Amino acid sequence: MPEVLLETKGLTRHFRIGGLRGRALHAVDDLDMNIFDREIVALVGESGSGKSTVARLLTMVYRPTSGEIFFRGRPVTQLRRRRDLLAYRGQVPMVFQDPFSSLNPAHTIGYVLVRGLKLHRPELGRRERQAEAERVLEVVGLVPPAQVMAKYPYELSGGQRQRVGFAQALSYRPKLIVADEPVSMLDVSIRIGLLNVMARLRDEEGVSVLYITHDIASARYVSDRVLVMYAGHLVEQGAVEPVLHEPVHPYTQLLLSAVPDPRAELGVTSADVGEPPRVVGPGEGCRFRWRCPLAVEVCRRVTPKLEPVAPGHEAACHVNAPSPAAGVAAEAAR
Amino acid sequence: MTATVAEHRLSLAGAVWQRVRAGAFGRLIGAVISNRKATSGLVILLVFCFLAAFPGLVAHDKPNAEIYQPSLGPSSAHLLGTTAYGQDLFAQLIYSTRQSLFIAVVAGGLATLLSVIIGVTSAYLGGLADGVLSLVTDVFLVLPAFPLVVVIAAYSKNGGDGILIAVLVVTGWSYGARQLRAQALSLRNRDFLVAARLRGERRWRVIVSEILPTMTSLIVAIFLGTTIYSVITAAGLQFVGLGNPETLSWGTMLYWAQNNEALQAGSPLWAVMPGVCIAMLGAGFALLQYAFDEVSNPALRPVRRQRR
Amino acid sequence: MTAVLSVQDLSVDYLGQGGAARAVDGVSFDLGHGEFLAVVGESGCGKSTLLFAIACLLSPPAELAGGQVMFRGNNMVAMNDKQLRALRWRSLSVVMQSAMNALNPVTTVGAQFKDAMKAHGERDKEKIRQRSEEVLRMVGIDPVHLGSYPHQLSGGMRQRAMIAMALLFSPELILMDEPTSALDVVAQRSLMVQVKQLQAQFGFAVIFVTHDMSLVSHFSDRVLVMYAGQVVESQATRPLFEAPLHPYTQGLLEAFPSVRGPKAPLEGIPGAPPDLSRLPVGCNFSPRCRKVMPACREVEPSLYSVGQGEVRCLIYAPSGSQAGREPENVGPAGTEAVRA
Repeated sequence: MPEVLLETKGLTRHFRIGGLRGRALHAVDDLDMNIFDREIVALVGESGSGKSTVARLLTMVYRPTSGEIFFRGRPVTQLRRRRDLLAYRGQVPMVFQDPFSSLNPAHTIGYVLVRGLKLHRPELGRRERQAEAERVLEVVGLVPPAQVMAKYPYELSGGQRQRVGFAQALSYRPKLIVADEPVSMLDVSIRIGLLNVMARLRDEEGVSVLYITHDIASARYVSDRVLVMYAGHLVEQGAVEPVLHEPVHPYTQLLLSAVPDPRAELGVTSADVGEPPRVVGPGEGCRFRWRCPLAVEVCRRVTPKLEPVAPGHEAACHVNAPSPAAGVAAEAAR
Repeated sequence: MTATVAEHRLSLAGAVWQRVRAGAFGRLIGAVISNRKATSGLVILLVFCFLAAFPGLVAHDKPNAEIYQPSLGPSSAHLLGTTAYGQDLFAQLIYSTRQSLFIAVVAGGLATLLSVIIGVTSAYLGGLADGVLSLVTDVFLVLPAFPLVVVIAAYSKNGGDGILIAVLVVTGWSYGARQLRAQALSLRNRDFLVAARLRGERRWRVIVSEILPTMTSLIVAIFLGTTIYSVITAAGLQFVGLGNPETLSWGTMLYWAQNNEALQAGSPLWAVMPGVCIAMLGAGFALLQYAFDEVSNPALRPVRRQRR
Repeated sequence: MTAVLSVQDLSVDYLGQGGAARAVDGVSFDLGHGEFLAVVGESGCGKSTLLFAIACLLSPPAELAGGQVMFRGNNMVAMNDKQLRALRWRSLSVVMQSAMNALNPVTTVGAQFKDAMKAHGERDKEKIRQRSEEVLRMVGIDPVHLGSYPHQLSGGMRQRAMIAMALLFSPELILMDEPTSALDVVAQRSLMVQVKQLQAQFGFAVIFVTHDMSLVSHFSDRVLVMYAGQVVESQATRPLFEAPLHPYTQGLLEAFPSVRGPKAPLEGIPGAPPDLSRLPVGCNFSPRCRKVMPACREVEPSLYSVGQGEVRCLIYAPSGSQAGREPENVGPAGTEAVRA
C-alpha cells in the first residue's frame, strides 16, 4: 500500500477583492486531494481554475481560508515556528513558472544552491555542500556542474534555468516537489527535456512531483494520475489513461476536444468560446453549468461532489456521475 | 620555472577579472566605461578629487594669507587675481575644492543611506508600516530647505558645517526614498523573492541580499542625484551665511564676494569662478548619472541590439 | 493564380554593438489569394521579425537589409509613408500578439474602431457605426460591447475584437502574430475555427506566425518552418505533418507528446538555438542535428526542391553537389555539453 504523502481536506482559499467590503474571489473551494509516494500527479486546469493557488497553498506561501493540509499524517497549516516551517518547506519545495524571474540576476547559480543547502541541510560541511550542489546539477543534466555553478542566470538559457530550479528543490532532499507550470514558458523542443528530468526525479531520486499545467498532452506524457480543476473545484481525478480516454466530466471532455493533435483528425469543435469561469461570489451549484451542454435543474442548486465512476476514477457531475443519495434528496426537495 | 608560475598567476588574474566582469558589479562598471557621457563625468570628478587631495601641487600660495595687494586683476603671478582681502584667488579656489567635495559627498552618502533604509523597508514590509513610512517620506518631500534653515539658524549658535550637512540630509533623502520604494514594490512579487522566502531566508536577509543587489544602479543614480542636490544647496546655504563662513569652500567664497560687492567693485572673477566650479562639479556628477540612468533603464540607451 | 503577396529574398539585420545579426536571411515565398500560410519556429528564429518586415513596421535597431515585398504587384519596401498608409488597413492589416498591449486601455472598443476607420479615410459616422457592429457580429461578439473598455472583456473576446478591427476594410491579407498565445486551449480552438470561417466567407489570405505547430496543423494550407532566420522547410500542411523532411521539423514534431496516440518516450532537440551574431560554419542546425554529416559543417545548404515543397538540408541536395548520400548517424556536435 503506497504511503500517502500529502493529503488535503476541504482546502479553501478566498481572496477579498474591491476593498474592505468587496466580494470574495473563490480561488480554491473545498479541495480534497492526495498525493502518494513516488508518483507524478498532474493538476490540469485553465486560467481561473485555481491551480496556481493550490501550488501556493501547498508550499505555504498563503495560508488557507479554511481546510487542512496533512503531510505524512501531520497537519501543517497551523505551523508557526520558523524551524517547523523550514522543515516543511524543505520537504515540499516549489519550482516556478517563469525562468526569467525565478532566479535573482545578481547571484551565481552556486550561491543559490549553497544558500539553500546551508539553510535546509545544516549538517553538511562546506565541502559536502559543494559536492551536493554539483551532484544535483548533474542529476538534472547540467554538466559540467562546476562550470555551471559559477555562471550567472543571464548566461543560461530558459531551459537551463528551469533545470536549476529543479536542482535547487532536489538539494533539500524533498518528498514532494510542487512544479507550477515549469515548462509553459519554454520552447516546445526544450520542454521534453524538462519533463524527462521530472520522470528521472521520480524514478531515481524517489521524489513525487505535483505537475501543475494547462497542457494536457504533457500531463499525459509524464504523469501517473491526473486531477482536473475548474473554477476552484476538483471536477475529475484518476489514473491518467482512463481519465483521458474515457473522460466523464463534461469539462474534461471539452478540454480534450479542444487540444490540437496533429496526428488525429480534426473532430467536431464545440461551440464553446472559452469564456473564463465565474469565481467571484459564485454561490452554490456547479460552476460549469453556464457552459455545460448537460446542465439540469439540480446543477443550479447543489454543488456536485466527487463520486467514483470506476476504481480510482472519480468525477463531480450530477448527470454523468450522480451520487446515489442526491437523487433521493432531489426527489424529497420537490 | 618562475616563468610558468608568473604565467599561471596572470591567467589566474585574468580568470578572476573575467568573473568579476561577468558579475553584476562588473557589468555595471563595463557599461559605465563604455558610455561617453559617463567617462567625461568621471574625468571631471577625478580631476576634482585630485585637487582636493593635493591642492598644494597646483596652487602655490597659501589660500588664506592676506599678503598680496587687494583686488588685483588676473596676471601671471595671480592667475585669477586677488580678493578684497589680498588673498590669491586661484589658491583659494583650489583649496576650497576639498571642503566643497567633502560636504557634497558626505551629505549625499548619508541621505542615500537613509533613502535606502526607509524606501526599501517600506516597500517590503507593506501594510501599515508602509503607510506610515510613506507618509513620513511625503512630509519630508515637501519640506522647503530654506525656511527650515532660517528656523535652525535662529536656534543654533553658528553650528557650522555639521548643521549644514544635517539640513542637507534631512531635506534630501525623501526623493530617493520614493524612487526606491517604487522600484522595490515592482520587485516585491518577483518569483526570486518568493523563492528566497521559501528557501527560508529571514526578512532582513532578503532585503539586503536579494533586493538591494538588484537595485545597485538605481541606488548609485540616487546617490549621484542627491550629491548634485547637496553641492548646489550647500553653496546656496553657505551663500546666505549658514555654515561656518571662516571655512574655505566655494559657497563661503561666494559669501565673501557678495559681502564685498565684488561684481560692482570690479573683481568679477571672485564672484563668478566659485560658481563655475560648483557648476562643473555638479555637471561631473550629472554626466555620470546619465550613464547610470541608461544602464538601469535600457529604453534610454543609444541603439543596441535586441533579441527576439 | 497570381499571388497576392510575393516575398523575394527578404533579409533583416539587427544592428548591435558587435556588428549586425541577421534575424531574417533571404526568405522568399508566394502567397495566393485566400491562402492560409503558417510560419512556425521557436523563439529567436525570426518569424515575428519577418512579419514586421512584410508589414513595413520595422524600427531601429532592426533594419531591412535586402529583398522585396511585392503586394499586388507593387514593391512595399520602396514605398513612402503616404503610399503605405493608403494600403494599410484597407488592403493589409495586422493582428498583434497581445490584445491587452495593442488596445488602448482608456478608450472604448467602439472608439478605437472609429479611430481606425477615420485614420484610413472613412468619415461618415453612420457608416462607421454600422461597419463596427457588423465586424463585431462577424467574430461572435455582441455589438453592445462597442461601449466596453478592453479590460471589461475576457482575453478571448479581446483577441476577437482585434480580429474584428483588422476586418474593418475587408482587406485582402491579414498578418497575425501569435494571436492565440495568451489564450487557453478552448478559446484558442474557438478562435482558430472562427478565423477559418471568416476566411472562407470573405476570401482574405492569412499569414499566421506561431511557435505552436500543432495549433495550425488542421487550419493552414502551407507551412514555413524557420530556424535561425532561414526558412528550413516549406510544404503543404498535411505532407509536412505526415512526412517532415528537415531534421529540425522532425525533431520539432516529435517534441509534441500525443494526447490520443500511443505513449512513447520522447527526446526533444538537444542544445539551444544559435546566437545570431555567431552562426556556425556551414548549416545553422548542424550542432544540434542528429543526422549531421561532415559536409554539413562546411557547406551552407540552399533550399532544394523536394516534391511540392522545399527543404534546406544537404540530405536532399541533388546528387552531383555536396551530399545526397545516406547520413551516418554521427550525432550532434556537442560543442557545449550543457544541455538546454
